[in-house]
Amino acid sequence: MNQLEKEQYLREYAILKAQGKPFFPYAVAKDAAMACVVLAVIISLSLVLGAELGPKANPTTTTYVPRPEWYFFFLFEMLRVIKPPSLVPLATIGVPTLGLVLLFLLPFFDRGPERRPERRPIAVATFIVVAGAMAFLTYQGANAGSPFAVEMATPARVTQAGGATLAEYTVGKEVVASRGCLACHKLGDNGNAGPGPDLTHIAARLPRQGIARTLVNPTAPMPSFKNLPPKQFAAVVAFLGQLK
Amino acid sequence: MPRLPKLPAPPLPAALKAPPARPGEEDGRLGPIEDAKQAGITIVDWVDERTSLSGVGRWLLFRKVPKGTNWFYTLGSATLFAFLSQAVTGVFLAMYYRPDPAGGAYESIRHVTNEVFLGQFVRGMHKWGSSVMVVLVFLHMGRTFLFGAYKYPRELNWVIGVVLLVLTLVMAFTGYLLPFDQRAYWATIVGVNINGTGPLLGPYLSDFLRGGGEFGATTLSRFYSIHMLLVPGLIIALIGAHLYLVTKLGTTAPPWEKAENSADLREAKA
Repeated sequence: MNQLEKEQYLREYAILKAQGKPFFPYAVAKDAAMACVVLAVIISLSLVLGAELGPKANPTTTTYVPRPEWYFFFLFEMLRVIKPPSLVPLATIGVPTLGLVLLFLLPFFDRGPERRPERRPIAVATFIVVAGAMAFLTYQGANAGSPFAVEMATPARVTQAGGATLAEYTVGKEVVASRGCLACHKLGDNGNAGPGPDLTHIAARLPRQGIARTLVNPTAPMPSFKNLPPKQFAAVVAFLGQLK
Repeated sequence: MPRLPKLPAPPLPAALKAPPARPGEEDGRLGPIEDAKQAGITIVDWVDERTSLSGVGRWLLFRKVPKGTNWFYTLGSATLFAFLSQAVTGVFLAMYYRPDPAGGAYESIRHVTNEVFLGQFVRGMHKWGSSVMVVLVFLHMGRTFLFGAYKYPRELNWVIGVVLLVLTLVMAFTGYLLPFDQRAYWATIVGVNINGTGPLLGPYLSDFLRGGGEFGATTLSRFYSIHMLLVPGLIIALIGAHLYLVTKLGTTAPPWEKAENSADLREAKA
């Protein structure tokens, strides 16, 4: 906006304001009605959905789902959409940071005098795309598969080896299922494709020591599993080591 | 029977004479309602003489809102109301909460949920109030964006609003850990790890949040103090600045609203 447009706007606004109504009681009444609606919504959500408390936090045992509150799903799901590991930092921080910077600077790069939405096609299109993407990602996040079941055929060589190998493989599979690995990894037809890499053929890409090292000292955002009981840890490594 | 002349009344000293009746007075005395009114006016005057607050009140309440202001304009105050609801329910929860990762935190939340009178209800209001507030913040921002309300002269208010959006999300993130159940614990670990992948400040931010390189004993109390003291203080201060600017600059008129009275326009030009 140049100086003329600024002055035109201020003049136009002063007239509209002079033709308006006082804040009290007209706007206050509307605001109060809206506040009642907000309070009613909060109270009914509390009464209907309650506030459940899960099992106590335990760094070493039992199952967990590393899921954020629903309104962060769109950030979390971004990790799934952008798959290659080299691009993961871009997804986790790059896109949100860039979005935030653009949001901050919006009034400084969009300086046109036009305010009517129907005459700002770029702004409105951006709004629709961003709002649509956020809604879609939230929906995706809400419908992510259950991370607690691994159903896949045991490889023939494990069955033939039998004995300790088979037992460790089975234990490892259960631990992987119960630890919520599938919230972020795909394993055959189970689990979610991302943010983590597909584990279906992990042993073909990574030796056992590599798997163990990754479990102890993983790439963010994956949590470390070094606190697992040693037997379970060995079983997980054995199980993943068979996936060729 | 002829009427006897009355004796003249003895002259009373002025101090003993009843004062002349004033409006609202009966038989020379103030009624209780009038008394209360007078007392109220006296107190308000006393305060106003020393603070000049009545001018601020007039400036705040009797400013005009432009023609065409509609229900979309209530989203901001609705967000403020959701924040107040969070503050009130949060105070009640804080009366019971203990930021003790060794088990006290979980135990205190379990106690609130299962044993305290209306405890689950208030905790539910706080938990779902956060969802409502986040939704309202985004709706308010969408309205501001679509109506072009971030443009001259309200650029600074938009920037403050974006900071408030970020702070609201920080509140949501830090509050999520406090119940200290499995979901809270692991979601926060992943969240802090995601933070750590950020450029430049990322690792430092993660270390700051955890209180060290590992998720440890101080992490919970750190989240607790950020959630209870740091961010709410910032939010209150910035809401104050946001509202000051809204009052000073006025709320926008809807973009399609045009001043139709050309006589007024000519007069203003002149």
